[in-house]
Amino acid sequence: MEEIKFDPEICNQCETVDCLMKCQYIDFADVAEAKTEKLKINAGEHSRVLDECLTCYACQEYCPYDNNPFYLLVERQEQLGLLPAPTPIVTEQLKMMGPKGRIQNEAVSPPVVNMCAFPMLTGCVRGKLFEGASVIVGTDIFCNIMWLHFAKNSTIKERVPQMIDNIMNYYLKDSGVEEMICFHDECYGTYTSVAPAYGIEVPFKPVHLFDYINHRLDELADLITPLNVKIAYQRPCSNRLIPQTDLVLDEILKKIGAERVPRTYDRETALCCGGVPRAHQRDNLADELVEKNINDMLDVGATYCIFNCPFCMATLGQEVAENGIMPILISDLVQMALGE
Amino acid sequence: MKELIDRLKKIVGERFVSAESEERYLYSMDMGTMPPSVPDLVVMPGSTEEVSKIIRLANEYKVPVVPMGGGLVLSGLTRALKGGMILDMKRMNRITEVNPKSRYAVVEGGTSEGMLQAYLKKHHPELKHSLPDAPPIATLAGNVCIHGSGHLSVLGGYHSDMLNGMEVVLPTGEVVRTGSCSVSSDWFGKAPLPDLSGLFMGWAGTTGVVTRLGIKLYPNYRYSDLLIFVCEDAEDMPDVISRLTSTQVAEDMTPWMTPIPEWAKGFMHINIAYGAHSKEELTFKRNLLQMSVKEYKDKKIGGFLPMPPPQKARYMQIPTPDLVRFADVRKGGGFEYVGAIMAIEHFAEAYRAGVEIAERNDVSYSMGARVVGAGHSMMFFYAYAFNRADKEDMARAQRALEETNAAALEMGGIPWKAELPAQQQIIEKMAPDTFALMNRIRETLDPNHIMNPGNWERT
Repeated sequence: MEEIKFDPEICNQCETVDCLMKCQYIDFADVAEAKTEKLKINAGEHSRVLDECLTCYACQEYCPYDNNPFYLLVERQEQLGLLPAPTPIVTEQLKMMGPKGRIQNEAVSPPVVNMCAFPMLTGCVRGKLFEGASVIVGTDIFCNIMWLHFAKNSTIKERVPQMIDNIMNYYLKDSGVEEMICFHDECYGTYTSVAPAYGIEVPFKPVHLFDYINHRLDELADLITPLNVKIAYQRPCSNRLIPQTDLVLDEILKKIGAERVPRTYDRETALCCGGVPRAHQRDNLADELVEKNINDMLDVGATYCIFNCPFCMATLGQEVAENGIMPILISDLVQMALGE
Repeated sequence: MKELIDRLKKIVGERFVSAESEERYLYSMDMGTMPPSVPDLVVMPGSTEEVSKIIRLANEYKVPVVPMGGGLVLSGLTRALKGGMILDMKRMNRITEVNPKSRYAVVEGGTSEGMLQAYLKKHHPELKHSLPDAPPIATLAGNVCIHGSGHLSVLGGYHSDMLNGMEVVLPTGEVVRTGSCSVSSDWFGKAPLPDLSGLFMGWAGTTGVVTRLGIKLYPNYRYSDLLIFVCEDAEDMPDVISRLTSTQVAEDMTPWMTPIPEWAKGFMHINIAYGAHSKEELTFKRNLLQMSVKEYKDKKIGGFLPMPPPQKARYMQIPTPDLVRFADVRKGGGFEYVGAIMAIEHFAEAYRAGVEIAERNDVSYSMGARVVGAGHSMMFFYAYAFNRADKEDMARAQRALEETNAAALEMGGIPWKAELPAQQQIIEKMAPDTFALMNRIRETLDPNHIMNPGNWERT
C-alpha cells in the first residue's frame, strides 16, 4: 500500500502554516510555534498536536496546497501509538463496523444511491427526488472513513479497496452502471479525497448528493414551492475534504427558497457537532461545542437546522429540537419544497 | 377432591376454581428446564380473607398449596411437586395506597410490576419503583420474595431491601403483619421491630402467602441518561464497579457480556443509568462517574461508548427488551438463567466459568450482572436459551445450569431462586445448624407440611 501523498518541501516553505494556525481547537503562540509542531509531525516525531487533535478534518481544507495535513497527522498518530480513544472503544467498533460478508449480487439501475452503513435512513430515498433509484447499504460497502477519528489509517487502507470491490462486483459492474450517488459526505470524501491521497483506485464515478439534488431540482423546477425559511447548516467534518460541494449547497438552498443564515460557526469556521469528542472521552469539550452550536443557531434566528451527516443529526438533533429549532436532513428539506 | 373443589368454589366463586386438564397442564410448568408437575387444581382468591379460608381448608384436607404470582420464576418454584393446588394470586391486584411524601406504595400480593408502573406514571409521575428485567406481569410480591433486583438496585439494594412490611397468611391460616404496619397504620418501614419479614423471603413460598406488601418508591427524575463503559479484561471489572459505585450517583449498573452479536464477544460492558432533576445536575453526575474511572481512560484500557441519544434510547428501556429477545434466540420457548448472588471480586472468575461451561455444553448464552448497593454484591447471571421441542438442546441447557450452579457455589456465590437440584447443592454447603433452624421454623409455621412441599427439603 502506498504512503500518504504528501510533500514535506511544501511545508518547509510554507509561511502561514494555515493547517495549524486556523485550527479552532488548538492554540499556538505564533506561526513559528505552529511550524515547529508541524515539522515534528512531518518528521514522525511526537507533537502535542497529535495528542490534542479533535480530528475535525478541517486542516485538510485549510491547507492551501492540498498537501494532506490531516491524513498525515492520522498516519503519525497511528505510527506513534497515540490512539485518541481508549483501545476497547476502537477495537469493538472495528468489529462492529467490519464487513460481515452478507452482501449478495443485486441488479441495480441508475440512479444508484449509496446509503453507506445507515440502513435506518434508506426511507429517505423516496419520491420524485429519487425516482427510480436503487439503494445500496450495509457494512460490506461501508466507506470506513470514520477511522480517521481513531488513528486507524491502516484500517482505511485495508478495508476501502475491499469495499470498492464489493460495490463494483456485487452491484455496479454487472448492471453496467458507472455512477454512484453518495448520500453521505463521508463516502464522497472517501472516494474523491481519501482514495487518491492513499493511492487507492476508484473504478466508478462518485456523485455527491448535492450535485445530484441540484441537477434534479432543475428537472423538477416546476414543482418547487419556495420555503421562505431561515436555516442554520451544521456542516460536517467530512465536508472539509470536499469543500467545493459547499457551494453547490448554496445553489440548492437558493432554488428552494431557504436562506442559509450566516452563522459564526459555518463554512470554514464550522464547529464539530460534539460526537467525536465523546468517543475521545472529552465530554466536557463536547458539551461546550453543542452549546456553542445551539446558541449560534438561536442567535441567527434559524427555524430549521439542516444536516447532511446522519451522525451529526443523531448527536445534535435532540438538543436542537429541544431548543425550538427543527432538525432535518437536507434531502428532506428539499422534498418539502417539492411538496412531498 | 370433588368435595374440596365444591368448598373452594363456595369461598372464591365458581369461576375461580378449576380442575380442568387444560388449566392443570398450563400450571404444571414454567419456561425453565424443570420438568412439569401437574397440580390437582387451580384456585384464584380475591381477598386476604379468602386466602385464609383456603389455607385452613387445605390444612383440613392436608392438601399442598403452591402460591404463585406471575409464574415467571423460571426455576420451577411454582410447580406442584406433590400435587395439590396452585394458589394463583393474580386477582389480588389492587394498589391500596401510595404515600408520596414518605415514598411508599401498598399493593396486594398479585399486583404486577407493570400495573404499579402504569399507576404511578398516571397518578404519581414524580415517583417510581424498582422494576426487574422481567415481563410486566411479574408480581411485586413474587419478586420481593425471591430477593429480586431491578433498575434501582444500586440505589436501594435488593427488592427485599426495599420492603417496608407485609401482610401474610400463615400456613395455618392466621393473618399476620410484619414491619410498621403491624403497629401503625403507616407502612413506612421494618424498623425498629424484630424483622419478621425474613420469615417469608427466600423461602420459595414454603412459609406463607403474601397478601399485601409495602414497598419503597423513589424519585422519578425529569432527566435521565446512560453511560456504557467498555473494557476487555474481566479482571478489571471489580475495580471498575467499585469506582463507579463509589460515586453514589447511579441508579442501576448492569454489566453484560455476550457472544451475539459477534462484535460484542470478548468485551465487558457496564450500563450505568442515572437521573437528575436538571440538565446541570445530570452533567455533574456524568462527570463524577467518568472521573471515577479516569485512570482506565488515561491508560486507554477502558472508556465510555460514544452514543448519540437515539442509540441510547434502546438501552434505557425499562424493563429492557434485550433479555426477552435473547430468550427466543433458539426458538421453541425455552429460557432459563442461573442468577448467582456473589461478591463483586469474583466477577472475572464467574465470567470465565460461564464461558467455559457454555462452550463445553454448546449452549447459547448471555452473561451479565446487576450490581446491588454500592458494590456490596451482585447478581451474576448466566442465561441459557434452548428449544423446548428439542430434547437434546434442553438436556444440554440443563447440564449447563447444573454445572453453573456448582461453579457458582464453588467460587463462594449462591444460586438465586434456586431450582430443586440447586437447592440441594446449597443445602449441602449450608452450615448444618442453619438448615436445622430452617426446618424448625417450617415445622412451627407449617405443622401439616402443606406449603409448597418439596422445596428447601433434603432429598
